[in-house]
Amino acid sequence: MSTLQVSIYRYNPETDSAPYMQEFQVDTHGRDLMVLDVLHLMKEQDSGLAFRRSCREGVCGSDGMNMNGKNGLGCITPLSEVVKGNKLVLRPLPGLPVIRDLVVDMGLFYKQYERIQPYLLNSDPEPAIERLQSPEDRDKLDGLYECILCACCSTACPSFWWNPEKFVGPAGLLQSYRFLADSRDTATAERLAALEDPFSVFRCRGIMNCVAVCPKGLNPTRAIGKIREMLLADAT
Amino acid sequence: MSNLRSLSFDAIIIGGGGAGMRAALELAKSGKKTAVLSKVFPTRSHTVSAQGGITCAIASSDPDDDWRWHMYDTVKGGDYIADQDAAEYMCSEGPKAVFELEHMGLPFSRFDNGRIYQRPFGGQSKNFGEGGQAARTCAAADRTGHALLHTLYQNNLKNNTTFLNEWYAVDLVKNANGDVVGCIAMDIETGEVVHVKSKATVLATGGAGRIYASTTNALINTGDGIGMALRAGFPMQDMEMWQFHPTGIYGAGTLVTEGCRGEGGYLINKDGERFMERYAPNAKDLAGRDVVARSMVMEILEGRGCGEHGDHVFLKLDHLGDDVLGKRLPGIVELSKTFAHVDPASEPIPVVPTCHYMMGGIPTNVHGQAIMQDGDGKDRIVNGLFACGEAACVSVHGANRLGGNSLLDLVVFGRAAGMFIEGALNEGVDYLDASESDIATAMKRMSRWNESGDGESVPALKRELQAIMQNSFGVFREEENMQKGVRQLEELRARIGNAYLPDKSNAFNTARVEALELDNLMEVAEATAIAALDRKESRGAHSRYDYPDRDDVNWLKHSLYFPLEKRVGKRDVNFAPKTVDTFEPKIRTY
Repeated sequence: MSTLQVSIYRYNPETDSAPYMQEFQVDTHGRDLMVLDVLHLMKEQDSGLAFRRSCREGVCGSDGMNMNGKNGLGCITPLSEVVKGNKLVLRPLPGLPVIRDLVVDMGLFYKQYERIQPYLLNSDPEPAIERLQSPEDRDKLDGLYECILCACCSTACPSFWWNPEKFVGPAGLLQSYRFLADSRDTATAERLAALEDPFSVFRCRGIMNCVAVCPKGLNPTRAIGKIREMLLADAT
Repeated sequence: MSNLRSLSFDAIIIGGGGAGMRAALELAKSGKKTAVLSKVFPTRSHTVSAQGGITCAIASSDPDDDWRWHMYDTVKGGDYIADQDAAEYMCSEGPKAVFELEHMGLPFSRFDNGRIYQRPFGGQSKNFGEGGQAARTCAAADRTGHALLHTLYQNNLKNNTTFLNEWYAVDLVKNANGDVVGCIAMDIETGEVVHVKSKATVLATGGAGRIYASTTNALINTGDGIGMALRAGFPMQDMEMWQFHPTGIYGAGTLVTEGCRGEGGYLINKDGERFMERYAPNAKDLAGRDVVARSMVMEILEGRGCGEHGDHVFLKLDHLGDDVLGKRLPGIVELSKTFAHVDPASEPIPVVPTCHYMMGGIPTNVHGQAIMQDGDGKDRIVNGLFACGEAACVSVHGANRLGGNSLLDLVVFGRAAGMFIEGALNEGVDYLDASESDIATAMKRMSRWNESGDGESVPALKRELQAIMQNSFGVFREEENMQKGVRQLEELRARIGNAYLPDKSNAFNTARVEALELDNLMEVAEATAIAALDRKESRGAHSRYDYPDRDDVNWLKHSLYFPLEKRVGKRDVNFAPKTVDTFEPKIRTY
């Protein structure tokens, strides 16, 4: 079948009193397009349709969205992976305020990222060349530094839905551990002290939605487990 | 007074990619009132897509490496129209800029001794081309751009840089003296249009690969800074020079890093032949990108292309082994599976030369100051206007950029622009305020779209523009076809001037942004086309069937495109580096 049924969340604050779902018929010519390609075809039917996109290859993190119930990136999700019964339902990432259509206000998500001091802290004087790091120590950053801040994980996390102001969320904690795990960072104690309250880390209930949706195949739950271990070791 | 709200800064940096954020970092540390204005959240900028690395003589893989060898490679790679004072500055300052990135936390891959990992890339040599292949490209696996961009964003957070994220710069504001004193910008979320006043305006808006139908570039690469500068009447340099990357994934256009060939991968034709051995017997698959791209097209044109239509070739990686693929090229494995439906561990990747990089741009000196020409053809600084990164043409890339030099360019010259602006602000630079009519001039284009009643649609016109550029200004060029392209663009410009924006709403109106971007694509395409038609020789990426040879007598020059007269002039190339002897033009072979 070459005509795809798309149901998409629409909301324009200037003209709509409430959000609604709009139906589109999209002619795919039988091709296994990416969801982002389908959105572009829909935008040709209605130029007012709003969504974010940039790299279209899964590295910039602009087009996180909810596709048939699951968060992911539109640009690297082929229809064959998500479409069921020729039907595609597209919604904005859940849990964040909607600005327009698929565009959400990422402010809370970024605030939690900024809170964990997402930069290297090293109080030693800088050497004339690079700081040395063994390949084994560098390996510890794999699976952490690749985060693209798309917010698929945090907006799939019930703990983040409940406490977006207090629980850092999986994306922020993954980055927190990226710096805790870096042999070049000297602020471990300070970083842990900022996380030891009951909410920042400990609101993670191990639901693992974050792992299930991460488009880069990263594992925030494991990183959160490592932070917990460090916090508990610190406390004894 | 104007009814626009105005914001005031010491320096406004337009563009939140690597160049813009490196400049911003310098200024934020200095305490100047600085803002980065970016149409996307900064980590969505196209720098994020850079894969293979940042080329720099940090003497890690080879303790005897020398920045002068890197400079030689850069000048030769650029087919001798790179400015040698600029290449000297970039290659000699480079190590400082790379070590700074490492100190900021960039997670470079490492050698066993703990130093930064470096891999071989195209066009690299030791000892001025005499010592064989060098390995000079510093890498964070094959995600170096991502690692670099995030590191710069993080350090800007650390230094409390002000960000105007998801703001779109519409046009430059010039005062009565022709100085640039800020810009008109729109907050995309609310649609509010604001007059941004600034003593220094930095265009760090990146490239414009979206003028072509097939490109490795992000959808946002629409040449906004180039469009703004051209509409303000400023000249563009070497706009005919566009790099076609040898390995874009066939069909999708997504980039496959040159690092694949650096790690030992190679190209094959339909007979399974490693054809680069014929075209570049020494460097083979690691010849300059222009050389490799042309060789691929020759193979395809001569009937040795792969696939049902014989219109691409294969990149073979399956002999590299899981360790190299997993450790050094994990992102490529991912992209190949997603966009080519092949696992490079067992099958070759279908690839084709794809528009990748704009060597030309806003002419600047090494401090990022924009340059124009006075009536006598002499260089003159444009007060208040700066450019760095891909939007600028310093020129370090000449007629063909070497792999890994773009990331170095953007950190070295982003940093240099930041330092220079700090100095200028300390000296108390100040220009005449813009008048009401100066602001109205900068608002004209925005108003035109907002008042459009009916007309053709933006996406359809954009597709036409991309097809013209693809058909007439691709890897190989020729007079008649280019003339046809120029005529088609002329006609298209008139139609774009009457195009229609149906959605006039304010909140996050991406249709308005795309309409404004189309104007910029048009400016870039026309500058490219007219400059390409004018250069009657083949040099670097500019390759003509009708003028197949390099002509150093007439064309060892920069081209300079003047938008008001749509005229192309020439500008001298710098052959006077300060600390090394000039590299005299030689026949360029690999």
